[in-house]
Amino acid sequence: MITPTETGTSNVIDGGFSQPVQISEHIIEVVSDSGEGAQKCGQTFGSISGKMGNGVWTVEIIPAEIQPPARSPAGASGIRVRLGSSYITNMGNEADLVVAFNEQVLYSRIANGAYKKGTVVLLENKWANDPQVEIRNAYSAAVSEFRKNGLIVHELAMEEACLKLTQNPRKGKNMFALGMLARIYSRELDKCLAEITQTFSRKGEKVIKSNQELFNAGFEFASEEIEYHYRIEPYTTDQSKPAIITNGNQAVGLGVMAAGMELVSMYPITPATSASHYVAEVFQNVGGFVHQAEDEIAAIGFAIGASYAGKTACTITSGPGLALKTEMIGLAVMAEVPLVIVDVQRGGPATGLPTKVEQADLLSALYGAPGDAPKVVLAASTIEECLHFVILSRKLAEAFRIPVILLTDANLATGVQPYPRPEVKEEWFTSPVDQSAWDENIPAYNWDEESGLSPRPIPGQRNGEYVLTGLSHTERSKVAYDSDTNQVTHRMRSRKLAALLKTLNPPEVHGDDEGDLLIVGWGSTLGAIEEAIDQLREEGQRVSSLHLRFLSPLEPGLTEIFSRFKKVMTVEINYSDNLDDPLIDEENRRYAQLAMVLRAKTLVDVDCWSVVYGHPLQPGMLYRVISKNLQNLQN
Amino acid sequence: MFGLKADWSLEVFERYFTLGDYAGGEARWCPGCGDLAVLNTMHRVLRDAQMLPEKSVVVSGIGCSSRLPHYVGTYGLHGLHGRALPLANGVKARRPDLDVWVGTGDGDCFSIGAGAWIHSMRYNMDMVVLIFDNGIYGLTKKQTSPTTPTGASTNTHPVGAPLPPMNPLTVTLGISNVSFIAQVPDWNPPLLYETIKAAHQHKGTGFVRILQRCPVFSPDFCKPYQENPERMLLLTHEDGIPMDPGVKRVFSEQREHDPHDWLAAMDVARDLSRPPIGLIYLDTDAPVYSEQSAHGMDITDGEKLAALNAALDRFAV
Ligand SMILES: Cc1ncc(C[n+]2csc(CCOP(=O)(O)OP(=O)(O)O)c2C)c(N)n1
Ligand code: SF4
Repeated sequence: MITPTETGTSNVIDGGFSQPVQISEHIIEVVSDSGEGAQKCGQTFGSISGKMGNGVWTVEIIPAEIQPPARSPAGASGIRVRLGSSYITNMGNEADLVVAFNEQVLYSRIANGAYKKGTVVLLENKWANDPQVEIRNAYSAAVSEFRKNGLIVHELAMEEACLKLTQNPRKGKNMFALGMLARIYSRELDKCLAEITQTFSRKGEKVIKSNQELFNAGFEFASEEIEYHYRIEPYTTDQSKPAIITNGNQAVGLGVMAAGMELVSMYPITPATSASHYVAEVFQNVGGFVHQAEDEIAAIGFAIGASYAGKTACTITSGPGLALKTEMIGLAVMAEVPLVIVDVQRGGPATGLPTKVEQADLLSALYGAPGDAPKVVLAASTIEECLHFVILSRKLAEAFRIPVILLTDANLATGVQPYPRPEVKEEWFTSPVDQSAWDENIPAYNWDEESGLSPRPIPGQRNGEYVLTGLSHTERSKVAYDSDTNQVTHRMRSRKLAALLKTLNPPEVHGDDEGDLLIVGWGSTLGAIEEAIDQLREEGQRVSSLHLRFLSPLEPGLTEIFSRFKKVMTVEINYSDNLDDPLIDEENRRYAQLAMVLRAKTLVDVDCWSVVYGHPLQPGMLYRVISKNLQNLQN
Repeated sequence: MFGLKADWSLEVFERYFTLGDYAGGEARWCPGCGDLAVLNTMHRVLRDAQMLPEKSVVVSGIGCSSRLPHYVGTYGLHGLHGRALPLANGVKARRPDLDVWVGTGDGDCFSIGAGAWIHSMRYNMDMVVLIFDNGIYGLTKKQTSPTTPTGASTNTHPVGAPLPPMNPLTVTLGISNVSFIAQVPDWNPPLLYETIKAAHQHKGTGFVRILQRCPVFSPDFCKPYQENPERMLLLTHEDGIPMDPGVKRVFSEQREHDPHDWLAAMDVARDLSRPPIGLIYLDTDAPVYSEQSAHGMDITDGEKLAALNAALDRFAV
C-alpha cells in the first residue's frame, strides 16, 4: 500500500519544455534488485554532481536480505542522491524522482516513507509483457496502486533500448540510467564520460567504452522520451578552493594516512570494514600496513603493542568489536598507551542491525571498560570531520598518552559529500621514533602534578627501560598495590581529561543564544537537526541547536548555555522510553544516551527524543517533532 | 668522553653487558619454582649474545610466569591474560629492530589465549615464545589448565580433571607456517640454555614448551620425569639442539630425529607417555610476517606526501 506522507507536494515540474528549468535541489533515487548496479549509478552521478559544484549527499539503500529473490521488496537495493545549489548535509525527506528497474522494490521504499504524492517514478516497463502471467498481473496492479496513491509513474522501455547495445542489460542498465539522469539534470558530458572512465579504469578500455556507449544511449533516450529537464546551479563558484568528494569511511582512511599513522590493525565488521578496504588499497604507497587480525581482541592488542613500541596505531571497528576490545582499552588507559580506536556505529545490541545507523555506543565508549578508565571520546558529525578527527585523535592520543575513541556511524560511513581538500603537511606525519638516550633520572611516568601528563620512553631508548603493566604501578612502573599509589595514579590519569577540558572552548549555539527550546545532538545527525532548526527559525520560532564533538571530556560551558533556554532536549538515534507510553513515567523512564550524560553532568532536566528506525533522521520528521515540543511549551 | 664525541660503533664496542645488566626486580616466585631457572637462563642467553638491553622487549600475559618482564632489565610489556602474543606481534610489526621475547603460561597461552596462539604461530614473527607449562593455574591457585593430566585433583575439579589433557605439541605442529618447536624441562640447565639460545637465534617464532615445576600446586606434573629421565625421549640431530655428552648421559632414551621431517615430528610429539625433549620441528624457510608488516618503513616524508596527494587526487572535485 502506498502511503505518501501528508506533507508531500511535488517538487517535480511537469514537462513540456525543452529549456531546462532551474531548481534549487532535488532528491533522486535509483532502485533495483541487488546486483543491477544501481549503487554504482548513483555514486557516479553524485560524484559528477559534486565535481560540477553542487551540494551532494548520497545514502545507500541496502537490501534487507543477503540473497533476496529477484523482484522482491526485501531485495530493494540502490541509492539516494540529494543534490542542490547549496551545501547539503543530510539525506533530506521524500524523493522527487526515482528510477526503478522493477516495481516490487518500490514497495519497500514506500514502506520507509521515502516517497510522497507527486514523486515521479521512471519505471522499467518490460514486466508488462513478461511471459509469466503472475508477473504481468503484479506489475499492472502495482502501477495502478502507485498512481492511485499519488505517484506519477512513467513506464519506459529502458531495457529494450539497452538490448541494442548489450546482451546483458542486467549489467549495463545502470550506466543507461546514469545517462538518463545526466540528461534530466543537465550534467556536463565531458565530466560524465571522465567519471565513467575512472569508475571502470581497472576493468580496461573495452569495458569503459561499452559503458560510455550505454551512457550515451541513456542520454539520447531521455532527450527523446522524457520531458523533465532541470538545471541545478553550483553553489561553489570559487573554483580556486579545491574540494574532494568521499564517503565517511574513505575520509577515515585518508585521516589515518594524513595523521601519519603506519598501522591499521582490524578485524572485518560492517559497516567499518570498507574503511580498512580503502586503507588497504593505498596504504602501501605511504609506507603503511593493514593487519587483519584473528579477532578484535588481537587486533587492538596488536595496535597497543605497536603504539607501545613508538608507532601509534589505529584500530577500526563497530559496536560488537568495541565490546570485545574493552579490556584492552582499559589496559591502554591504565598503562597510558596512545591509541586511536574508530567505532563506526551500527544498530545494536548484539549483532543488531549490521548495515544500519544507530548512535548507541556512546555509553559503552565512555564507560565500557571495568574500573575507572578515563579516555578521550570524540564524535564526527560530518564526513569532513571523519578525516580531520582522525588526525586530531592521534595528536590527542600522543599528547595525553591516552586512548582516543572516535565515533562515526553507518550514515557517515556510506554517505558521500564534497568538502574542502585538506592541505596535507609533512609535519602531520610521524616523526621518526626517538631513539636518543633517555635521562635515567626521569621515571617512565613522570606525572606532572598539574596536568597528569608525562613523556614516555620508547623501546630502543637507552636508560629508559621500564615494564609497562596493567597492574597498579608507581611512577617507575613498578607494581604497587598500596592505597596511596592507587589513589594517586587514578588522580593522575583522571586529571589529563580535566587538563584537556581546560583547553576547549564552549560549543557554539546554532541560532540565538537564548530561547524557548535548545536541541542538543551529536554525531551524524548534525545536518538534519540544523536543517529543521533553520526552517523553524525562519518561521519565527525561538529554537536553537547545539552539537557536541567532544563527549569525553564533555565540552565546557553547557550548564550556562542550557540555563538560557526554557527547555533542553537531545535528539539521538538510540533507544529511549517515550513518556506517551502509559507504563512509562519519570521514575521508570530510560533516557537516550547523551541525555543521560548531560543530566548527570549539568543537573538540568534535559529531555530527549530518540528513535531506532535504523535510518538517518530526516529533517522533515525532526521539524514535526520539534514543532510539537514548541507547542507544548507554549501551552 | 675525553671531550670527544664518541663514534657510535666505538660506543657499542665499549659497552659490555654483564648478567647484572639484564637483571630486573627481585623475582618473587615460590622457592623451587621452575620459573626461576628459566629466568636465569634467559639472562645468560641475553648476556652471551650481548643484546642491547634497550633493544629487547619481554612481553607476557597474566599468571605467575607472566611476571617475567618485571625480572628482566630490558623493556617489558606485562599485558592482559591470554594476550601476550598479539601485543608482542604488534611490538614487532613496525619495529623489526627490536628483539622480542614472550613469556606465557599454559592457561595464558593454551586456554584463554588459544586463538592468538594458533594465529601467532602462523604469523611466525621473528621472536622467542617461552611457554611455562606447569599443568595448572598457579597465580589463581590451582585450577585445572588445558594440560592438567586426567584425574589430577584441582580446586575446580577436586575429584580429578575430567578430560584428557591437550597436547600443545601436536596442536602447534598442525598449524601452517610454524617454524620452530622445541620442548625442554626447566631442571636441566645446559639443555634449557641451548634450547632457548637456539630459539633466540632462529629466524621466525621459536616456540619452546618448557616443562615447568610448580612445587606448590602441581608437584606431580614434573616429578615423574625429574625422577625418571628415562620416561622422556631425547631427540638428537645435527640440526637439533646442541648437547654435550654430559647432557646426553642423563637421558637413556634417545632418538635420532630429523627436525625437518614433519611426519616424524608428529610421531614423537603425539606420544604423551614419553615426552620428547629437544628440537621437534624446524623449518627455516617459513615466511616471517614481520618482514611484510614492516613494509614501507624506509619511505621518506616527501614520498608520503606525494602518495597522499595522489590519493586525494582520486577524490578531487
Ligand atoms: C580476563 C581474565 N580472566 C581471568 C583472570 C585470572 N587469571 C589470572 S592468571 C590466570 C591463570 C594463570 O595460569 P597460567 O597461565 O597457567 O600461569 P601460571 O600462573 O601457572 O604461571 C587466571 C585465570 C585474569 N587475570 N583475566
Ligand atoms: S605457584 Fe607454582 S608457578 Fe606460581 S610461583 Fe609458586 S611454584 Fe611457581
